[in-house]
Amino acid sequence: MHARETTRHIAPWTDAHARPLLRIEDLSKRFGAAIAVDRLSLDVHEGEFFALLGPSGCGKTVLLRSVAGFEHPDTGRVLLDGVDLAAVPPYRRPLNMMFQSYALFPHLDVEANVGFGLKQDGLPKRDIAERVADMLAMVKLEGLGRRKPHELSGDQQLRVALARTLVKRPRVLLLDEPLAALDRKLRDQACFELMELKRRLNLTVVIATQDQSGAMIVGDRVGVMDRGGLMQVATPAKIYEQPNSRFVADFVGEVNLLEGRVGDDGFSVEATAAGRLRVAAKIDAVPGATVFAAVRPEKLRIHREPPSPPPDNCADGIIIDIGYLGDLTIYKLRLADGTTIKATVTNAGRIAAHTIGRDERVWVSFAPEAAVVLTR
Amino acid sequence: MNSVPPQQRRAWPEKLAVRIPYVWLLVFFVLPLAMLLRISLSQPARAQPPYAPVFDLTAGWHGITTFFDGLSLDNYRLLGSDPLYLVALLKSVQIAAFATLLLLLIGYPIAYGITRMPRRARAVLIALVMVPLWTAPLIRTYAWMSILRPDGSLNWLLLTLHIVATPPLWLTTDAAIYIGIVYSHLPLMVLPLYATLQKIDERLIEAAADLGCPRWRIFWQVTLPLSAPGVLAGALLCFIPAVGEFIVPDLLGSLQTPMIGQIIWNAFFANVDWPAAAAVAAALFAFLVAPLAIFLHQTMRAVERAR
Repeated sequence: MHARETTRHIAPWTDAHARPLLRIEDLSKRFGAAIAVDRLSLDVHEGEFFALLGPSGCGKTVLLRSVAGFEHPDTGRVLLDGVDLAAVPPYRRPLNMMFQSYALFPHLDVEANVGFGLKQDGLPKRDIAERVADMLAMVKLEGLGRRKPHELSGDQQLRVALARTLVKRPRVLLLDEPLAALDRKLRDQACFELMELKRRLNLTVVIATQDQSGAMIVGDRVGVMDRGGLMQVATPAKIYEQPNSRFVADFVGEVNLLEGRVGDDGFSVEATAAGRLRVAAKIDAVPGATVFAAVRPEKLRIHREPPSPPPDNCADGIIIDIGYLGDLTIYKLRLADGTTIKATVTNAGRIAAHTIGRDERVWVSFAPEAAVVLTR
Repeated sequence: MNSVPPQQRRAWPEKLAVRIPYVWLLVFFVLPLAMLLRISLSQPARAQPPYAPVFDLTAGWHGITTFFDGLSLDNYRLLGSDPLYLVALLKSVQIAAFATLLLLLIGYPIAYGITRMPRRARAVLIALVMVPLWTAPLIRTYAWMSILRPDGSLNWLLLTLHIVATPPLWLTTDAAIYIGIVYSHLPLMVLPLYATLQKIDERLIEAAADLGCPRWRIFWQVTLPLSAPGVLAGALLCFIPAVGEFIVPDLLGSLQTPMIGQIIWNAFFANVDWPAAAAVAAALFAFLVAPLAIFLHQTMRAVERAR
């Protein structure tokens, strides 16, 4: 249909000349002795869905609040379309924030909640009613306009909160932990609906969340935050497959971290719990330096017999725990030196590999391409 | 899990504890009210107690029938026939209503201001608001008498600051009554207002700002409507006792146009006409206090449900 259908495949952040819609420049915010945001810079482009992912207290909410105008940064600037927002009060900023727990007005019904922002703009009553009705239809809340927020379920409240911000046609939509109050099934569904809305309304969205699957589903790019700074900003696949630090590798998904020293050839990690490991890419550290080989559990292969010929990266251990999740099974095994590693096996066939029992001795191996070597 | 709460298996101490409020209401509210109604149906008598008939169980069945024959609605008929009572009631309602309005206008900014303070300052300020409640009503009203005297400190201040040229008369005016009532009821207005205001989620204020609402409009569209339960509770807590106020109008107001509380007081103590006093009190309760209390109860229930 339109060109916007393909925006997902265009990556404006790779174009050095592209002007970002929202630019956060060297922003810091302290509360007393605590640093909430630490000299953070970030560009978000028109039509992008950007996910800020991090544990609670990492500063993502403070960052969003600074963009919305509720916090005054100690240093740095927030620019929208190249205009510094410092002097613009929250009620004049052409962006809208959806609060965690939604902050719906309890004394107003759904229609009045959604129409609240348009009323402030002084729109005629008829226009407000029309746009509110359209928006309620878009978030699938037709017929609930007269309900009070407390008469709605959690995901209906989320829809009202979304409609209330979207009806203002914000230049940037800020979502602060929008899915935290929902259970897992609803959360995934809400993620897909968010993406659908974003496409239909051609929105630019920044979402703050500690739910990594949510961030991976919706995010064109994911920014992993820790202690007030961005650890890595990349596409979800890159974040998962090529994390740049132990923190990112560990926070996004499961990972086995094996400590060792860089080998002389620059393609191996020596003296790890699993012995000498060969990796595919040249390690960006001097031989002898301490590094960590990171391997995702699903990239490990489990063998019940010693594989022959012995593959590159292979170690044996004892199964100490088995977690059967239905779609996959998690095996925890202890290596000779006591290190515990995790391996997951997809249960593709009906007779799953869970014939492997506890205390059984097994061999695990992985391809050199499967490991990422982390220097920090 | 929606299992049935084990109400049947409660031990007796728990059962008792649950019923204590009802026992309290019965002993200190329902029984006195019943006694009041019973006295209001009697006639004054030069006896101990100063009304008749007296319930005499020793006279057996005859005693019971004489008792019920002796009751009448005469006192209520008197209330309808003498305009003094209606005038006093209207004046009381008028003074109480206007005083409540003043209390709201003064109390709301105080309560709102306190919620904007740092947490530790709030506790101190709320304690200060309550200080007047810790002195006896009679003593604080006497204090106001000395302030409002023609040569009292208020006039001294007004003259010194050249705000007035001749000392105005305060005592025996309605203004003095308003000052006295507003002063003594202010804690009852500020406390419920503060309680509801500080419960308002700060994020609602921020959400309103985010949606394009400037500060002063947020007050009218979000803060004020959300504090409505506090406004209502404060207004009723002040209005109801203010209608029946006795000490303030008696000491600071004029004796020409008494308030309903003074009428009751005079009937009880000056005229020793307990039945008439009881009838006024019962009528006041029936026409004013009971409907307002029921209204308040219903409103609060609706508010609780909406949370």
